[in-house]
Amino acid sequence: MTKVELTTHLHAFFPVLAGRELLVEASTVAEVIDRLEAMAPGFAFYVCDERGRLRRHVNVFVGDEMIADRRRLSDPVGPDSRVFIAQALSGG
Amino acid sequence: MQTTSILLGTRKGTFIVRRSEDRWVPQLSGHAGAGSNFVARDPNTGTLWAALGHGHWGAKLSRSTDDGATWEDAAQIKYPEGARYIAPPDPTIEDDTRVRYLDATVLKLWILAFGGDGRIYVGTIPGGLFVSRDGGESFELNLPLWNHESRGGDLFAGDGSGRTAWFGTPASEGGEFAPGIHSIVVDPRRPERILVAISTAGVLESTDGGQSWRSRNKGLMMDYLPDPDAEWGHDPHYVELCAGDPDHMWQQNHCGVFYSSDGAATWSKVSQPEQGVHFGFPVAVDPREGRTAWVVPGKADAQRMAIDGGLFVARTTDGGRSWQAQRQGLPQQNAYDVVYRHALACDGDRLAFGSTTGNLYISEDRGEHWQTVANNLPPIYSVRFG
Repeated sequence: MTKVELTTHLHAFFPVLAGRELLVEASTVAEVIDRLEAMAPGFAFYVCDERGRLRRHVNVFVGDEMIADRRRLSDPVGPDSRVFIAQALSGG
Repeated sequence: MQTTSILLGTRKGTFIVRRSEDRWVPQLSGHAGAGSNFVARDPNTGTLWAALGHGHWGAKLSRSTDDGATWEDAAQIKYPEGARYIAPPDPTIEDDTRVRYLDATVLKLWILAFGGDGRIYVGTIPGGLFVSRDGGESFELNLPLWNHESRGGDLFAGDGSGRTAWFGTPASEGGEFAPGIHSIVVDPRRPERILVAISTAGVLESTDGGQSWRSRNKGLMMDYLPDPDAEWGHDPHYVELCAGDPDHMWQQNHCGVFYSSDGAATWSKVSQPEQGVHFGFPVAVDPREGRTAWVVPGKADAQRMAIDGGLFVARTTDGGRSWQAQRQGLPQQNAYDVVYRHALACDGDRLAFGSTTGNLYISEDRGEHWQTVANNLPPIYSVRFG
């Protein structure tokens, strides 16, 4: 199971995802987002726009690596992966 | 009956200002930390609606059915698959002559409006008008306006004409340069008559509930085009009508103040630059008397600030033939308030406006006297009674 961690900022919008270990079955980052959307309806539209692209000021890491495919989120994840979703630091 | 609360959209959340004995008291009432572009009450249902810009997390529609005590995400505004638009020339790219087709995604929720038939309208950047016919449970893009010939035709079906007369505004959440609908006016007599205003294109009107649209820019003089009488390319900053006499319409435009007494069929320029009445963003119209309106003038497009450090509201009662500066109670030294297009409102004899310096002012006597209600609010985007 892929382990997902979220910025606490997202916990404020989706309390159902807070205070628990988030483990999902997924083979890509897009599937991770799909699983979280199922747990917390509306979640995907916070992280991605209506074309499924990662929002400009959102980052997703698999392990320590920022994902490469921000348009389709096709970066692979495995059962031992740790996925971290956070707002991008845009300066200031 | 006058309303006893004022709804504020600000850069840092939604505030409600309530009358408490003889004072107006603002209170942060939701969306702390998030941009709240426009807040209004649906008069048909009493529901409060807020158009939010979350920065990192995008534009979201929020609603409250308990007078702002709690808020929830509403049905979200999303452009349908295949919705495209022709990008206006990018001013940051030299000699940008390419025709660029962009996939539409919501860049900003800018204004909400409510029809007497229960419809809810949302104006967005990049220029989509969204409509709900089920009380806000779902919204859909108005296709006749989106596919209008003035913006290149039906781009779902093909590449259209390759030309758009809808240019951009940098007012989107992320600064993308794209057209924006900031004004939606629904005729109180006939809800099938709807007008929208776009930065930068002009005014369009539908008289059949949004099935067809035509330009309503006759008489608008444009200072920045070779043809000052052009059909398109105008920059209305805000358009409002008189609720009790809806053929009387007002427009604060980039190029002056304009008035129409024939339902926007023709506009007349009624600026008086020698009195400072020319540039600005908002306009408010008396709900009963269509020749009476208020503006909050700024110095000029190149100096978007109060004139000479003295803040004033200008009122006309004769369709713009003459204007009176209303200064009593407003700061007259070192005041550089800018008042955005949605941040002035009129409710009978009462007016209110807020500025980007976080000041909120209220008058109980049609602008003759003003009181300062708050000085340290976040930058104020919208002020609405309700």
